[in-house]
Parts: sequence; C-alpha cells; structure tokens
Amino acid sequence: MSLLEIRNLSLSLGPTRILRDLSLDIAPGEILALTGESGSGKSMTALATMGLLPPGARTSGRIRLNGTDLLSLSEARMCDQRGNTLGMVFQEPMTALNPVQTIGQQVAETLHLTRRSDPSMTPARVQALLHETLARVGLPPDRVPPTRYPHELSGGQRQRVVIAMAIIRRPALLIADEPTTALDVTTQAQILDLLRRLVQDNAMGLMMITHDLAVVGQMADRIAVLRAGEIVEQGPTHDVFAQRRHPYTRALFDASRHRADLHPVALQSPLLQVRNVSRDYPVKRSGLFQRRRSFPALSDISFDLRRGERLGLVGESGSGKSTLTRAILGLDPVSSGTITLAGTAVRTNTPSTRRHMQAVFQDPYSSFNPRHRVSRLISEPFHLLDNAPTGAARDAAVAEVLSAVNLSPSDADKYIHAFSGGQRQRIAIARALIIRPDLILFDEAVSALDVRVRAQILDLIADLSRRYNLSYLFISHDLSVVRGITDRVMVMQAGKIVEQGPTEQVLGAPRHPYTQSLIAAAPRLPDPATGGFDAARPAV
Amino acid sequence: MLRYFLSRLTSLAISLLVASVVIFLVVEVAPGDPASYMLGLNAQPDTLAALRTELGLDVPKPERYVDWVTGMLSGDFGMSYTYRTPVAQMVADRLWVSLPLALLALSLAVLIAFPAGLFAASRRGRPGDIGVMAATQLGIALPNFWFAMLLVMVFAISLRWFGAGGFPGWAEPVAALRALTLPAVALALPQAAILTRVLRSALLDTLDEDYIRTARAKGLSRRQALWRHALRNALIPVLTIIGLQFSFLLAGAIIIEQVFFLPGLGRLIFQSISQRDLIVVESVVMLLVFAVILVNFLVDLAYGAVDPRLRSRA
Amino acid sequence: MKLSLMLGAMLTALFLGAALLSFLWTPAEVTGVNIAARLRVPDGTNLLGTDHFGRDILSMIMVGARTSISVAVIAVGIGMGLGVPLGLAAAARAGGWLDELIMRGNDLVFAFPSLVIAILITAVFGPGAVNAIIAIGIFNIPVFARLTRSGALSLWQRDFILAARVAGKSRIRISAEHILPNVTNLLIVQGTIQFSLGILAEAGLSYVGLGAQPPTPSWGRMLAEAQTMVALAPHVAVIPGMAIVLMVLGLNLLGDGLRDALDPRMRQRPT
Repeated sequence: MSLLEIRNLSLSLGPTRILRDLSLDIAPGEILALTGESGSGKSMTALATMGLLPPGARTSGRIRLNGTDLLSLSEARMCDQRGNTLGMVFQEPMTALNPVQTIGQQVAETLHLTRRSDPSMTPARVQALLHETLARVGLPPDRVPPTRYPHELSGGQRQRVVIAMAIIRRPALLIADEPTTALDVTTQAQILDLLRRLVQDNAMGLMMITHDLAVVGQMADRIAVLRAGEIVEQGPTHDVFAQRRHPYTRALFDASRHRADLHPVALQSPLLQVRNVSRDYPVKRSGLFQRRRSFPALSDISFDLRRGERLGLVGESGSGKSTLTRAILGLDPVSSGTITLAGTAVRTNTPSTRRHMQAVFQDPYSSFNPRHRVSRLISEPFHLLDNAPTGAARDAAVAEVLSAVNLSPSDADKYIHAFSGGQRQRIAIARALIIRPDLILFDEAVSALDVRVRAQILDLIADLSRRYNLSYLFISHDLSVVRGITDRVMVMQAGKIVEQGPTEQVLGAPRHPYTQSLIAAAPRLPDPATGGFDAARPAV
Repeated sequence: MLRYFLSRLTSLAISLLVASVVIFLVVEVAPGDPASYMLGLNAQPDTLAALRTELGLDVPKPERYVDWVTGMLSGDFGMSYTYRTPVAQMVADRLWVSLPLALLALSLAVLIAFPAGLFAASRRGRPGDIGVMAATQLGIALPNFWFAMLLVMVFAISLRWFGAGGFPGWAEPVAALRALTLPAVALALPQAAILTRVLRSALLDTLDEDYIRTARAKGLSRRQALWRHALRNALIPVLTIIGLQFSFLLAGAIIIEQVFFLPGLGRLIFQSISQRDLIVVESVVMLLVFAVILVNFLVDLAYGAVDPRLRSRA
Repeated sequence: MKLSLMLGAMLTALFLGAALLSFLWTPAEVTGVNIAARLRVPDGTNLLGTDHFGRDILSMIMVGARTSISVAVIAVGIGMGLGVPLGLAAAARAGGWLDELIMRGNDLVFAFPSLVIAILITAVFGPGAVNAIIAIGIFNIPVFARLTRSGALSLWQRDFILAARVAGKSRIRISAEHILPNVTNLLIVQGTIQFSLGILAEAGLSYVGLGAQPPTPSWGRMLAEAQTMVALAPHVAVIPGMAIVLMVLGLNLLGDGLRDALDPRMRQRPT
C-alpha cells in the first residue's frame, strides 16, 4: 500500500494554474524524486502536501497520507499531522532557523508542545530524544552542544538541524525541497547520505525535490518529471533514465550532460599574469585592546592566462574564488604580489586596465539597473574608452553585440524586466563584449540558470570564443560545467591553488586529495545506455 | 555579553561628551551677557563686574566648560541667574512631574500598542486589521496638545471627571496620579498609534521569514508560530522605535505641561528662556539629552538580550 | 489601497490649494480685528466662525496653511538636501571613517529631538519661523541620511553596481547614476511622512510660542490663543486642530499610497 497517494491534484494561485491533474505515489521506505525546471510546480506540490500553500491557492483532487485525505482536514487537524506524520526540509539552511533561539530549543520545541496531551513526554524524555536525534543527524551533543545558536553553525550543520527538527517525531513521510542546492558539493554528499540512511532506518517515505538529475540518479528509487505543472513521465529511476521516452526528459538529460564544443586554439603570449598574490582580511577585533588579527583569503597565488586560453577556476564557497576575481578586476586591493594584464599592472584606483577586461556575474536579476534601457545597460563599458562611439555608431555597436548573443537589435529599447534569466545573461555577455576586451571573467555566470538554458549559454560562450578569439577565466563551483567549457583548470582551497593543469587531466585523474574528494563527492549522472552508474567513468 | 556591555557603555560616554560640548558651545555663542541683562541698562560697571565674578562669567570658556561638566557630574548644576537658587534643586522639583508623566505615557503607549499590533498582525488584511490600521492613521495625525485640549473639553469641563490642570504634588499620590492621567493619555495615544503600526509591520515581516515556515512545517499553528517565533524577532525594530519615542515623549511632555499648567521641566525651560536664564536652559537641555542617550543605551542592552548574534559579534 | 492614495492626494491638494489661494484672496482680512464680531459660531458670513478678536477663522486657516506648509517644505528640503548626499557618501564607503563619522553624528542629532533643538535655538536667537525651520530641518537630516544609507547599502551589494565598477565608473558617479535613482521611491515616501511630521512639529512649536510670531497666523498659535476660551467657544479650538489632523492625515495616506504604488516596481522579479 502506498504511504502517500496524490490523485488528480490541480492547483491555481489566483488566475494562474500551477499544477494540473497530478498523480503520484510514495511507498514506505521509498525515495521519489520530483524533478523539473524552475517554475514547474515542484515546490508547490510539496507545500500542498504540507498544507502550507500561500493564501489564495485553490486545490482540487486528493492527497492521502496513510488513508487520510489531507486536503479535507481542518487547519487544526493539519497542524497535528505536520511534524508528527509529515516533516519537511527546506532549501536555504541559512534562513530556515530562528536566529534568536538555540538549536536545542528549536528541535525539541514540538516535543514540549505535545507534553500537554502526552504525559509520557517528561522533560527527561524530551532531553533524551533531543540528544538521540541530534546524534542521528550527525550533531552529537558532546561536540555540537544544543545550546548553540544557528549563527554559530555552518550551512551544512544548520541543514542537519533542520532535518533533526523534521524527523524528531519520526514522521512517516519526509519532504525535502532542494535540500542541498545551497550547499557545497562535499557537504551535499554528506547530507544526501544522511537522508538516505534515515529513510532506510525509519522506513520513511521521502519526497525529494531537486532540479539536479545527477542527485536524482544517486538518490531516487522512482522519479517524476514535472513540466509546467504536469507530470510528463514517471517510473523507476533506472527505467526513466535508460529509456527517456518523453522528449522533455531527453532534453533535460542531454542538457545536464552537455559539453560545449570548444574549438582548439594555439596558445600565445601570457595575457594575465598573477604573481604571489596574497590578500588578508582584517578580522574584527574581539576587544578594544586586543591585537588586530587577519584572515588570509588568498595566499601566494600565481598563475598565467595566455591569450586565447579558456581557464577554469573551481572551489567551494569560502575558498577565495570571489576574492581573487575581485582582485583581478581591480575592484579590491591585494595585500602583496602583482597582477598584470597585457603588461600593465592592475590597480584599484586606475581603471585603465579595465578596458581590456570585462566580467559577467552570477545573478541575472541583480546585474542590471532596472531603470535603464538595454541600450544604455550594454553601452555602459564605453565609459572606459577615451573616444567612445556616439549616436548612430553607438547604436550600431549595441545592435551588433545583441545579434552576437542571438538577441534582436530591437531589444535595445526595452527595459530589463522584459527578459528571462537566460536572456539577461545574454545581455550581460553583450555588455562584456561591447568594448572587445582581451579577457572576460565569467563569475558563476551560469549557476543561477536552469539546465537547458545553461547549455545554451555555454554553447554561446564557446561560439563567441571562436568568433572573437576570446580569452576567459571561468569561475564556478560546479565541476561538470567547468569541464565542458575550459582547456585548463585550477582548483582552489582555503585561499591556495592546490592543483592546476589541463581540464581533462585534472578532473579525470586528480592528484591532489582535495580535488579527489571534490570529484568523489559530486553526484554522477547515470550512463544513458544502462541507466545505472558506470563506475569506470569519472564523475563529472 | 560583558564585552557588548562595555562597548555600548563607551559609546554612551562619547555621546554624552560630544553632546555637552555642543550644548555648551551653542549657549556660549548666545548674544547678550546674562549679567547685564539681569541688572538692566543702568548698571554700574563695578556692580556688573562683581555680578560677573559671582556668576563665574569672567572665567575663560574652556575652564567654564570643565567646571560645568565636573559640577554636573557631582550634582552641582550651578546657580540660576534669575532666582539665585541652585539649578539642581529647581530641576529636581520639576523632574518629579515630567519624568513620571513621560514614563506613564510610555507604559500606556506600550500597553495599548502590543495587543493592538498583535491583533492586527494576526488578522492581516481582514476587517479587524483594517479597522486598527484606520484608527492608527487617525492617531498619528493627532497633535498631542490639541488632543489634550479636547480631553479637557470632554472630561474636565463637560463631564468633570478630572481637573482641567494644575498639580497637587506627590504628597497626595492619588490626586497627583489623577492630575497626570489626562496628560499621559494625550501623550500616549499618538505614540501608541505609531508603535502599533511598527509592531504590526515588524510582525508581518518576520512572519514572511523562512524560519516561520519551518516552524509551521514542524506542526506549530499560525498562532504558535506568531507567539513563539515571530514576536521576539519583531521586538528588535520595535525596541528601536520605543527608544526614539522616549525622546519624543519627553519633548511632548514639555508641550503638554503647557496645556495642563503642570509645574514640570517644560514650564521651567520656557520661563528661563524668557528670562535669559541660560544656565538653567543649558542644564535642562543637557538633562533631556542625557535621558534620551541613556534610554537608547538601555535599548542597546535590550537588543543584546534579544539577539544572540549581537552578543557574540560586538 | 488605491482609496488611500486618492483620499490622501485630495486632502493634500485641498490644503495646498487653500494655501496658494490665500496669496491672492481670503474671505476676510486676517488682521481685521473686530471685537463686535468676536467668537461667532460658523454661519453664512464666517463659514468657520470668528475668534476672540473677531477675525475670520477660515481666512486664518488658509493663511496658517501657508505658514505650516512653507515651514515643513523648507525643513524637508534642508533634511533631504543635506541628508541624502551624506547618506550616499556613507554608503559609498561603508565601514570607512566617513561612514562612521556620519552615523555617529546622526546618533547625536537623534539625541536632540526637534523641540530640544528649537529650545536651544530660541534660547540663543529668539523665537521665529526661521528658527523653527532650522530646528525641524536639522532633525530631518539624520532621518534622510539613514534612509538613504540603508537603501544605498543594499544596492551596493547588487551585481549591477559591480558591473558599473568594472565599467570604470567612480563611486561618486555610481552614486549619482545608479544609486540615487533607485532610492528616490524611498525618499518620496519618507518625504511625505517627514512633511507631515514637520506640520505637527511646527504646530507644536508655535503652540508654545517658539514658532512663527504674530501677526503671521499659524495653526499652533490659533490653538494656544483658543485654549482659554475652550469652554466659551469650542469651535475656536476645534477647527484649527481639525485642519492639522486632516492635513497630516492626507499626507500620511498619500505616503502610504505612494509606497504601495511605487514599491512593486522596485523589486520586479519574475518567479
């Protein structure tokens, strides 16, 4: 018998239809992955099951948990189900916890609340359960005291706290909405491992929502592919991955494995030279009379980027990628060492080197001043030129780069809110291209995009690198993306470059233990031929 | 926590120091010599000089500043130019009217605003919320001294429940409280309206936070999430406003005292202004500023108690 | 909440119109003392009655609106004119010495509420409308400086500012070109609120005799003069108070309505 049974669930929010006629089942001890691109209705399915839909949502159909129709329950009865038979873990561990309560208070809170109706819940029992649960999620109370506050924990630890909160009353069904998307790859592997173990130990059902097919392949027994509120395909993971019957599933799958077609280049003289660069951040003094201490964000970084080269930089959050990027762009000073671009030293106060260098940033939604038209946004770097084109010449330049990124020249007169995330990244690339820089920095430039759009942007970058003979530094936390778009790669850990070399070599046969652990932790996409894992093939 | 306390205490001391310099300088640039003002136009030069010596006006300015500050620290606020009595005594008498009035009004404002704000926030967008919000719009627009006049018209003149003004002194506590009731209500209501709005919007902001959704997901009802998780987080902006409001209440008290003929700091300060008794003005203003800075220091400490992040950061 | 915007705009327009009209025409001479016609209740000749000198209250309200509005407008102008650049400068170098200095200076001004500033100024220079403007204006500076700084700080975190820096633009230029236009909505909304607070403060100051001096009519002083006659002629005390309430209410409704109308555009972001 299934634990969760969703039948013909439809959902609208105001005039918008979010879900259409959705049906799925989860058995005890089973992991069902709900996958699809952003806006496909994955999270809404979860919230509908939890009874936590935003006000104004209308539903029809049935959601049965152990035979009880959740949609027909009163709010008070639904509160009894939540936490008790149903638990949920959210995406963003940094904001999912109340900052002013200790983690112990938050995890044990619902137990304290049941004490009124359940006399067996003595304070001692609550304490014992709390300690047991924290230990189960990998936060043993002797090492991570329950009296800690959320801000004293790392992202991964916070996610463990959220999981502890969700499972402390041993719910029959756990819903995890992108539980590892905000985490680094090694932390992600640990959290996925934890979830899998909890499912096994408790014979709990798990609805796992993720956009990442590699995670799906690693975790799920069954998979449901959602597109625009409809399930287009569902079945055992192995079958779906092997057969990929629906064109949408196939498209998602292909995009996830996509490698851009990089043309071979002959490397020329060094363009960017980074020599012994270090950067210390002062740590805020802990007391008025304490000595100032500092934290090394970059220590002794040296590398060359040659003309025509497509260089990757990978590392987890806090590794110093962003600090290095900002230093190269001349936005932040370095403590020691030199950075030269085409023979000229990069300094923070002289923007002269910047005319040879542009950047594309991560967030397509905050990368543009919402009050300017596209033509003005794109032509902003002209500010760097001494004799920037004006009038018709300027318009022609804008039209040319818009065409180069496969947008229409007529888009120049629109405001940025008229464009989707992928289109915005195209506009960002157009902005970087307009002054024909020698070097472009792509700072997590495709990380915020859905997989199919990401594949298109990667193709565009590869295409532009051929047409304009671009050199670029591609910064990303995602090894599989870097693999498809760079010739050479550097791996950063704690402010140091621990390994560098040709991309295939470094990611195929890593030598440094850190690189090895990164690659081991990255979820693998199943081989399309078998639908299972191909152990011989490297992960990324 | 101790470190946080010390850092706040340092900034309290610096604020007071700077404020005292500013006040001293502003009053010092005042045109006109208090001594010649007191003696009138026909003063003899030697009497004038004698008075200046007596008032301490012939001492160089930096020295006078140091004298003034060290005097205040030991409770000596100087001599009133007009009444020749210690300023400290005059201020102390008046303080016993103004301070209770401000505190009474603040408590009243908080007592009204908390239930009203919680009520409105828990009924977001429903008629109860809309009603409370409309009432607060009106409350914010009310000038407190005019509202005081209306209260006098209704409760003192028509209904005769309260006196229209005056203060019997604390020797008769019941009568004294009665005399302060209408002024406190007049001061409190507009402030309560502001506080209600701030509390409501702070609560609504925190109710949108992710951790409220987490709390709901683990089985807390909307009410429980509001009380157990939203309220304490919403207190942080509310505390800021309460701190700011105290200074408005003190200022408001000065005006309201005029409506009810209360012998508080307000009366003293306006009298002193018209008599050019600058030393009194200087001291009362310093005292008001001290009260405001002190209250904001207490608010900072309260932040530390509410928010564990502040304790460990500062 | 289109209703609040409409109502607010109408009330504000009504008082602005009355104030402007008073330059050209009032129903009666505001200085026209006529003891015979004192304390008349509202009727056909004096729509809002007369005061203890027999002056037409409607005319005094109209001219009083002029005083209130001009004091408040200039005070808000001072606050914006100085506060906004200070806030922009503080945010452009967040955490630097300038930021620290500006914020500490702000804290200091906040310790002197406008009435205390007015008391200090009048103690030194004597009472008057100009001093009321300065007192309210000084108090407005930190309000706008803080608001601008906090709005600007969150904008400085956005990637488009990074893009502008990569395009070689200076912090001053970025502040003018990218930051300021994106905080104007905040400033407009806060401006209407400070405007209404300015009206209230001006009324309070003239009530205690620190504001506009006779013979300039002002709402606060009308109330002060009416106070002794409350029992005799309530309308003399009620009408100027009503004028203050309606004007302030109108501005607050306008501010709220503007916030609702302007806000969504600020964070337009398809999901």
